[in-house]
Amino acid sequence: MKGTAARMGVMKRVSLVFKAKANKALDKMEDPRETLDYSYQRQLELLTKVRRGVADVATSRKRVELQMNQLQQQSNKLQDQARKALSMGREDLAREALGRKSSAQVQLDELQTQYARLQGEEEKLTVASQRLQSKVDAFRTRKETIKATYTAAEAQTRINEAFSGISEEMGDVGMAIQRAEDKTAQMQARAGAIDELMASGALDDAVGGHRDDIQSELDMMSASSDVERELAMLKGEITTGAPKQLEGGAQNGAGQAAQGAQAPQANQADQQSQQAQQAQPAGLPVSDLPGLQDEPQDGDRS
Amino acid sequence: MIVRILGEGQFRVDDAATAELNQLDAVLETAVKHGDEAAFTDALRNLLAQVRAHGSPLPADILESSELILPHEDSSMDEVRKLLTDEGLIPG
Repeated sequence: MKGTAARMGVMKRVSLVFKAKANKALDKMEDPRETLDYSYQRQLELLTKVRRGVADVATSRKRVELQMNQLQQQSNKLQDQARKALSMGREDLAREALGRKSSAQVQLDELQTQYARLQGEEEKLTVASQRLQSKVDAFRTRKETIKATYTAAEAQTRINEAFSGISEEMGDVGMAIQRAEDKTAQMQARAGAIDELMASGALDDAVGGHRDDIQSELDMMSASSDVERELAMLKGEITTGAPKQLEGGAQNGAGQAAQGAQAPQANQADQQSQQAQQAQPAGLPVSDLPGLQDEPQDGDRS
Repeated sequence: MIVRILGEGQFRVDDAATAELNQLDAVLETAVKHGDEAAFTDALRNLLAQVRAHGSPLPADILESSELILPHEDSSMDEVRKLLTDEGLIPG
């Protein structure tokens, strides 16, 4: 006796647990034929539930998709910023941008793993929903046959068969819904955490733009280096005269690149004074222009 | 013999495969008993692979209960333990 119990194994025990559940439900019914209608109602309810489950997982998956796109854009932007910073000789800024890019990439990788899991869950649930539909249809047919053909007493065995078959399927589908809900909840918690992280600026708010300190510094440097380049050209015109300038135009590709790279280092003192001038016109007239003041407020509201 | 893999569906498995399935099932049970998660994962994967290899999927419109029921492929040992108790994971 003890020997058989020990050799029963996992597979048999799980199936017995399922059967015990079905029998318990059957025992509650006085007229066995009542069981058929009651069970059928529950099957239809479960079908609705599993379809809703599929829709919920799909919604969650789409949200993650959007978030992954956002992170990818951010990562690309930080890569561009790093390249630009490096070309301007600002290794410190490039390092900062690459650091943030790497954080964004870590989040992206984690999301991708979870996304794949969610997708798997959605597929499984879709298949489960189709299978349950077929079983429910089969059950309905059998239910009608049993009711039409047998008296309550005669019907018992056939009802038990149909009932235990469908109830096993319902238990399986019920578990599938539960598992999908759990995974969706995990995914949403993860997505929420990433939203917070992005809002905090730790990954650099590339989409909103207002907290993007790397970009503003690059813009400022870019503007001042444009000024430097023009200044250098003007100086060149004055010191060397017009004929020299024409010659320079013929080979401007290489000449300009070299000039661009050297200019910021050569004229650091000039650059600082240019930056100061640059900042001023941006600060002063804004208060005099009502149109500019109104715009951001409208943007906030919409 | 009909075997169900939870989350996957039912299979009709040739009775000749029973001995082999029981053997793999014993390995699975030992792993659960000893709380060996790695051995459990391996054993479960092997068992499911054998059912798929020896069985053919039961058409969806056939209503029959299964003689044996196997856990989901990605089940943890904890989930399987709960599955083995009456008030465990089966809803309803």
